[in-house]
Amino acid sequence: MPYEAFKDNEYIESLVKQLQESGTNVVVGSLDKLINWGRSNSIWPLTFATSCCGIEFVSLGAARFDMARFGWEVARASPRQADFMMVAGTIVNRMVPVFRRLYDQLAEPKYVIACGSCAISGGPFRRSYHVAKGIEDIVPVDVFVPGCPPRPEAMIYGIMQLSRKIKVERFFGGVNRQESQKEFLKAHPVEGVED
Amino acid sequence: MANITEKIAKNFPEATVEEGAITMITIADAKWHDLAKSLRDEENMDYLVTIVGMDWPDALGCVYYLMSSATGEMLAVTVKATDREKPMLHSVADLWKVGCLLEREVYDFFGIIFIGNPDMRRLFLNIDWVGYPLRKDYDMNPELNPISTENERTSDVTYTYVEKADGSVEKKEVEVFTPEDFVVNIGPQHPATHGVLRFRTAVDGETINKIDVYMGYIHRGVEKLCESLTYPQTLHYMDRLDYFSAHNYHHGLCMLFEKAAGIEISRRAQVIRVMMDELSRIASHCLFIGTFCMDLGATTMLFYTLRVREQILDIMEKTCGARMTFNYDCIGGVMQDLAPDFVQDVKALLEVLPANIKEYNKVFTGNIIARNRMEGIGHISREDAISYGVTGPSGRASGWACDIRKLRPYSIYPELDFQEVLATEGDVMARFKVRMREMEESAKILAQLVDNIPDGEYCVKVPKLLKIPAGRWFEMVEGCRGAFGVYLESDGSTKPYRLKIVPPCLPLAGAVDHMTRGQKIADLIAIGGSLDYIIPDMDR
Repeated sequence: MPYEAFKDNEYIESLVKQLQESGTNVVVGSLDKLINWGRSNSIWPLTFATSCCGIEFVSLGAARFDMARFGWEVARASPRQADFMMVAGTIVNRMVPVFRRLYDQLAEPKYVIACGSCAISGGPFRRSYHVAKGIEDIVPVDVFVPGCPPRPEAMIYGIMQLSRKIKVERFFGGVNRQESQKEFLKAHPVEGVED
Repeated sequence: MANITEKIAKNFPEATVEEGAITMITIADAKWHDLAKSLRDEENMDYLVTIVGMDWPDALGCVYYLMSSATGEMLAVTVKATDREKPMLHSVADLWKVGCLLEREVYDFFGIIFIGNPDMRRLFLNIDWVGYPLRKDYDMNPELNPISTENERTSDVTYTYVEKADGSVEKKEVEVFTPEDFVVNIGPQHPATHGVLRFRTAVDGETINKIDVYMGYIHRGVEKLCESLTYPQTLHYMDRLDYFSAHNYHHGLCMLFEKAAGIEISRRAQVIRVMMDELSRIASHCLFIGTFCMDLGATTMLFYTLRVREQILDIMEKTCGARMTFNYDCIGGVMQDLAPDFVQDVKALLEVLPANIKEYNKVFTGNIIARNRMEGIGHISREDAISYGVTGPSGRASGWACDIRKLRPYSIYPELDFQEVLATEGDVMARFKVRMREMEESAKILAQLVDNIPDGEYCVKVPKLLKIPAGRWFEMVEGCRGAFGVYLESDGSTKPYRLKIVPPCLPLAGAVDHMTRGQKIADLIAIGGSLDYIIPDMDR
């Protein structure tokens, strides 16, 4: 897909500008590019589907839409082996702890795509007593794919956006680890363990 | 039916009988268990279709819908609980095994306690949930039940209420799992549970001793939402319950509204609806075969079966404009007319389908590994299937002729020539084969109709703000996974007072424990896959 065909190029450009403000070392920058080229072409999804959107995700894996063309076909059942989570379906109150734990179990660097109107805002069930009004309150989201459910083409577009985002990231630049280990342990004290 | 009415009048003089499309009996709670027993044993009402929890202005209560598995005759019984603060009714879980689960659902939504039910826990909501959501005075304030990322509390203890000789009721603690049980948690995030279903499984080595099913990980409160929407607005939720039977569920609800409002629809609309139903049945069974075989390790089958499914989705997309949530059937007919090349596309599908089914059989059914994993596994007898309310292809695989299209014919099905596919083995293999053959039967129906789509209007004129007179209605259709029912109670306004959805998948999940006892843990995947439950359908 040509660069001009994407719809939100300003966003990617602003991201690149922000990342490049501090300047990049030639060696590290080239290494970054190489690693990101590999990463962005082999993002593995977690098999996570709660409802309707999950079925379109299955269609995405089949021969007609064939996400294997892009290197996304290795859907993992374990979050430890997956790169991103396609939140396909409604997240309800009872599912929230499970969902949050799955997100926590994903290995860094990790990404989340909110797929379908339920994941974005609660969709047609927004006024229900047992539905989370969008997953953004629970986990950070990288890409939103609207639709009810989104067509497989829309999902492809969404994951392509994610892969563009990964391409401009700085793998060695420290952007992926939001907090240092020391800060993390301070916030999550482990009982009975001395430093 | 007159016979039953007379008998009831003789044996239960205090009961009131109200004739109608479905005879409605009203009885006091004290005599309800006796009446239920006599209905089951003497009148052969051996299938408990559903228990509709109700919050009437004067009392809480339940409407029980019973069906005779042989004749398809239906009866409804209304029982009211006198006390609103601590409502109690007598349980019928000992008469119909599905009753245990259905009563738990009513307890969860209305707080009605069932005396004698062995397992009075919440079903869909957390054990710490405050309030009973389907009561009319439920407080929707999200601060009462905040969204928490802390793990939910799980308890190994359940409660049962026992009536003592003097009439007082005692609450007793019962253990679900003893400390000696080795409990393995499967789900809700597991690739083989077909969605977010959770099993707590007590195992001895690899043998399953007991399964405790946890639901509600996709409980979206559709029934409560429907109460605040007008009749046409409630329709679109039907697409999102069992998304494979979207057309069938729409058909059921539209039929209910049309009957209640007295609307006649054109024959063209009826033919279109039936054709769409059968197309979705083929598409649904295709996906079943694909995912089921994938569960058993045959990943490539998914790609074979999705080929046909995509072809059907193309046909639907041309007419309905969507691939999954069609929202096609509407009150009075269907939304739009058929696409110009609909007939041609269906014919093309019918041409390739037999070759495809043959290919599936060649690739998978005869395979020795597949046969070893499917034959004799997860057996359920005909009696148990009826008692557990296992309908659809799963029930028919046990020899129960439970096809609503034949049992309680609706729309134009009586005119059509098709067979109800039955098997007697009741195992995983039978359930798989029944679905295979059902695809052929659906193709037969399509072939009869494709050249005979009558001309006429596809939708009659219906007022935008539909009003339905006060009363109660119940309608059933055959979804792709079993008997789907809807109960409507109207108070004469433009919004339903109560719309109860009767999903076929809830009893299927309730029967998992019975089917898996003594089987190996790897067979749980095969059994669950063969039942083909859709979790958003059972959770609603």
